[in-house]
Amino acid sequence: MKFTRRDALALGLGATAASFLPLRAMASADEVISAFTGGAEVGTGGVTLTAPEIAENGNTVPVAADAPGAEAILIVATGNPTPAVATVNFGPLAGAQSIATRIRLAGTQDVLAIARMPDGSFVQASQNVKVTIGGCGG
Amino acid sequence: MAKGVKPRVKVPKSAAAGDVITIKTLISHKMESGQRKDSDGNKIPRSIINRFTCDFNGQNVVDVTMEPAISTNPFFEFKATVPEAGEFKFTWYDDDGDVYEASKKIAVS
Repeated sequence: MKFTRRDALALGLGATAASFLPLRAMASADEVISAFTGGAEVGTGGVTLTAPEIAENGNTVPVAADAPGAEAILIVATGNPTPAVATVNFGPLAGAQSIATRIRLAGTQDVLAIARMPDGSFVQASQNVKVTIGGCGG
Repeated sequence: MAKGVKPRVKVPKSAAAGDVITIKTLISHKMESGQRKDSDGNKIPRSIINRFTCDFNGQNVVDVTMEPAISTNPFFEFKATVPEAGEFKFTWYDDDGDVYEASKKIAVS
């Protein structure tokens, strides 16, 4: 078989497309969110997400979520290999529906906090975090 | 990863009845995410704490489901209502089936 310039180009294009595939596979943040919300509409307001604008080390990024009156909060890192970070369920003795923790971020990305309210509605807040050194040891 | 795991919890010694207090918890754990590779290029298997709960006198305060994106030495800060004197019970559940526990008494003044 002759290997023409046209074939070589097509091969190159195919290889490029294939190398993007893993990235596509990671984009399951939507799945994580819809598993939590059950596909319901997600509004805004009523939940506060505190995260740094720039995180030098992606291994420990302090984040805090606060959603007065919420039943549960889901934290999602949209750009991570596993986008789910934590699901926090608040019990009857929770003094305030707030949680602070430290998370890993693979790179610069949006971090989401989605809160489930007692009436079954969902609200979200997001913040873009710039990460200098990623924290997933890729 | 059952060795060297040490939970640390910070709870005020006393509070007024009905007060909202801040609790800080930290547990030393590697939280191996399952993404890292060793020097031979083999994936290091995931080994994390996947759940953390806090109860006060048998009533739930928070119940956190944790994923690999939680940092090494998981830290949590949250608020709890203290209706009466009693004991906070903290429980961490490891991937390998281990359960780490800590408890703190609180007095009502």
